[in-house]
Amino acid sequence: MQVLTRSIPLLITGLAGLVMILSAFFPYTSDWGKTAGQFFNILAAFAFVLGGGNLLKIHLKKVSDQSEGWGYSGVILVCFIATLVVGLGKIGVYPSADHPNVRLSGETQGTGSAFWWAYEYVFKPLTATMFSMLAFYVASAAFRAFRAKNFEAILLLGTAFIILLGRTFAGVLVTGWIDPEGPFGGLRLEELSVYVMQVFNTAGNRAIMIGIALGIASTSLKILLGIDRSFLGSGD
Amino acid sequence: MINLLSNLDRRWIFLAMGLCVGIPILVIGITGKTLPETPTPLAEAFFNEVDVAGESKGRRGHLLMAFDYDPASAGELSPMAISAVHQAAQRGHRMYFISLWPVGPRMIDESISKVIDRHYPDLVYGEDYVNLGFKAGNEQVIKVMGVDLTTEFRTDTKGTPLAEIPMMKGITSLEDFDLIVEVSAGYPGTKEWVLYAATQYEIPMVSGMTGVQAPLMYPYYPGQLKGLLGAIKGAAEYESLVNDWILDDGFRTALIEGGMSEEDAGPLAEEFARDPGQVSTWVEGAQAAADLTPESKAKLIDLATGTIPGEFLEGQRRMGPQLFAHLLMVLLIILGNVIFFAQRRSGGRS
Repeated sequence: MQVLTRSIPLLITGLAGLVMILSAFFPYTSDWGKTAGQFFNILAAFAFVLGGGNLLKIHLKKVSDQSEGWGYSGVILVCFIATLVVGLGKIGVYPSADHPNVRLSGETQGTGSAFWWAYEYVFKPLTATMFSMLAFYVASAAFRAFRAKNFEAILLLGTAFIILLGRTFAGVLVTGWIDPEGPFGGLRLEELSVYVMQVFNTAGNRAIMIGIALGIASTSLKILLGIDRSFLGSGD
Repeated sequence: MINLLSNLDRRWIFLAMGLCVGIPILVIGITGKTLPETPTPLAEAFFNEVDVAGESKGRRGHLLMAFDYDPASAGELSPMAISAVHQAAQRGHRMYFISLWPVGPRMIDESISKVIDRHYPDLVYGEDYVNLGFKAGNEQVIKVMGVDLTTEFRTDTKGTPLAEIPMMKGITSLEDFDLIVEVSAGYPGTKEWVLYAATQYEIPMVSGMTGVQAPLMYPYYPGQLKGLLGAIKGAAEYESLVNDWILDDGFRTALIEGGMSEEDAGPLAEEFARDPGQVSTWVEGAQAAADLTPESKAKLIDLATGTIPGEFLEGQRRMGPQLFAHLLMVLLIILGNVIFFAQRRSGGRS
């Protein structure tokens, strides 16, 4: 069993990783990388099925155990199954213009279909609402938590003001009187906000990105060489 | 007073935010007025890259339009996607739409419907634009497309084999595109396109993204990313650039068609685009206007008095609510700190 659960997955991981590295550096091997990529994309498509199965398993268990919040799980299950049925069954789909006599020839997501309706009138407003609610919570958090407690917090507050005002017309209203071509043109809020983003933010982020890249390289190497086996779920 | 404010029910803050966003939406909706935008160099760079795409090869630009976002971030990103399609359509580029997000094809359909179907009905599907749809696999899709695009996409969203689509002739990999136009809301998105396409194959790339993502992508500008639009502010700047350019182009064409030389028409068209109000007096009184054809004069007046369709003003319209929401945030932060220092001075809780 060790061969099936450990050796073969480790071998596949190592080989796939090696092929991808080689294909990036040697043009002769780019086709190998393409083949490995295709395998990955097929697996990614299967992952959707696996994800759906997993979602069903978790929420069916919650409903059957009647654990806390099982009602929400019920809603998820109903929505999931309804979307699946109207999508796969092409319910309400109009035939395509090329094949008007074939009943299911139209697009699943075509205007007027049940899938389109669910997207347009359920999914779209719900996701947009979820995102919009951030504005309310951020405003409340700004009032309660954004305090000038120390020097670092003051710097953060100052930067926040520059960005908040500079990214709207308020920047022009407040500092519009400064001649943009003059020696103090850079102090206009809209100019300052670009400066903060392009200089301070870029410098900080570049350092973080380089650090992350080095970390990813070392972690990947450990996985490819079989030193880190945590992805197998063995715990070591 | 300080105690009252420190125990302020957060529902009052929610109400204030609701009013700050809602009232400007209503006012802008009724009056149609938007706030003026001054484009930053980043938005100008985005515009210029789309403008010159394909010129170095002496052909129409072949633009890979990757729309990797969903309705949650459409408020920020749709205006830039629409403006990018608008500019590309007006410029006569070929557009190849794809998405790495499952809901992305809906975003593509929306842009095509709002721009091409309504305003450029002469563009032919398969010759001027094609929708390749969604493909699962995240960055691996980009990697495979870099070697062989037809392996990854065998048909378009209508099921037509790529070999039967005229504009797909000669397109075999990412290197056959002149520019990647990416609109991104997260993963997979701008970063993956930069890492696996723009850098590896040295393809020019521009990207529009959400405000949360923008600070993380600034390090790629202007090296790997030739242009960058951050959040609704970037969208509004780019939108105003595209609208001004199209108006300018309209004035220039009308003047040239009316008999004016290209050298004279250029600066005059720019002036008219900046202030369309002066067209009527110019047409009636200027010496140069006397030589123009009546059709040209009528076209100039039409352009000056015409209104820009609503879908091409969405970004600028949304800057109104953003202004008041940001002002409220600044006010709340100041108020919160006033309470904090007042309580600290009186020995209360910090």
